[in-house]
Amino acid sequence: MEWDWAFVREIMPTLLEGLKITILATILGAIVAAVVGLVLAIVRRSPNPLISRTVGFTADFIRGTPLLVQLYFIFYVLPDIGIRLPPLVAGVIGLGIHYGTYAAEVYRAGIDNVPRGQWEAARATNLSIRQAWIHVVLPQAIPPMIPALANYFIAMFKETPLLSAITVLELMNQAKSAANSSYRYIEPMTLVGVFFLVISLISVVALRWLEERYARVEER
Amino acid sequence: MIDWSGYIGLILQGALVTIELTIMGSALALVMAFAAGLGRLSRFLAVRTLATVYIEFFRGTSIFVQLFWVYFVLPFAGVTLTPLQAGVLALGLNVGAYGAEVVRGAVRAIGREQHEACVALNLGRYHRMRHVILPQALPLMLPTFGNNAIELLKGTAVVSLISLTDMTFQAQVVRAQTGSTLIPFATILILYFAMACAISAGVRWLERRASRGLDGVRV
Repeated sequence: MEWDWAFVREIMPTLLEGLKITILATILGAIVAAVVGLVLAIVRRSPNPLISRTVGFTADFIRGTPLLVQLYFIFYVLPDIGIRLPPLVAGVIGLGIHYGTYAAEVYRAGIDNVPRGQWEAARATNLSIRQAWIHVVLPQAIPPMIPALANYFIAMFKETPLLSAITVLELMNQAKSAANSSYRYIEPMTLVGVFFLVISLISVVALRWLEERYARVEER
Repeated sequence: MIDWSGYIGLILQGALVTIELTIMGSALALVMAFAAGLGRLSRFLAVRTLATVYIEFFRGTSIFVQLFWVYFVLPFAGVTLTPLQAGVLALGLNVGAYGAEVVRGAVRAIGREQHEACVALNLGRYHRMRHVILPQALPLMLPTFGNNAIELLKGTAVVSLISLTDMTFQAQVVRAQTGSTLIPFATILILYFAMACAISAGVRWLERRASRGLDGVRV
């Protein structure tokens, strides 16, 4: 079968529609992941071993199992206990929790990198634990981790096609339905690949920039 | 009451397919990782370019897109693959691209003096790699290879979408037949996690073996 430019023009609007959902899911997923990761990282430092162990094990479990199965779990099992989520919401939660466990490791490394003296100084100046976190530790810990976090968010962007398995109408799903209704697979599938490749390559350039901007805090 | 033994059997059959895919995919990924990783360090520009294009291409798109491309588009080019072959090919090439960066990083982490000592001892390129550089680089690669193998294991779930009867596919079958959702999905989540634990235990064992005799060379 030959490459058909007319067909490409015909399906392009649908694909762009799907691309919008893909980008929306990525952005929302990244926000959820950033928050979930931070919470996990802080809770994991809890002095109570029961809490920190449980959270640690849960994070390892989520990281060791496939995102696709977790999406199925959220989409098919939760309705049985009365939580019925729209596909996109289920997908964003799945992406957010899965990549949140990865982000938690990044946060952990970043927080560990803040010198102990900063904690002690914060406590010595009579800041509460909450204030010490918000005003002293996190402002120093977060900038160096931005490149590593961005790296995971790019990885997450590449995983969004999985959302098509739970009927989210993102790029991959639009391409599949275009392919199925016309029995032409070459153009839609290749275009999806090209879209992802182009956006990934652009984000790699952006990542390099972020690395230069933030990774060398100590040297300033 | 549902007869669960039959359904659990179905899921275990799927687990075998998942294990088979993981092993074959890892084997292909390992070969690709060394080929492309060492290719990027080649002295020939053409080899370096080829390796870079391979790595960037497979890291730039997701396993899902690659799998669909291999399964649905390659037949038009006259290459028809079974779902299993397509799965192994896509998983191996995808994870191999990530592994290639690990190989490259580990080889470059070996100090210059090791290269210089090899030149001084008149070792050829092959012997230098085989007997001096790689034995030291291997322990550096293994932890990340372990993570990559777990990523590959997680990637195998995607092949259920091209109707390969792996664990995830069988869980969907069980869901469709029994209407129960919690039991099949919870079972396969636990099985996937057990496999991931087995991989990381295996890699830790390999790491101890590979670093045997390297005491004092490096920490």
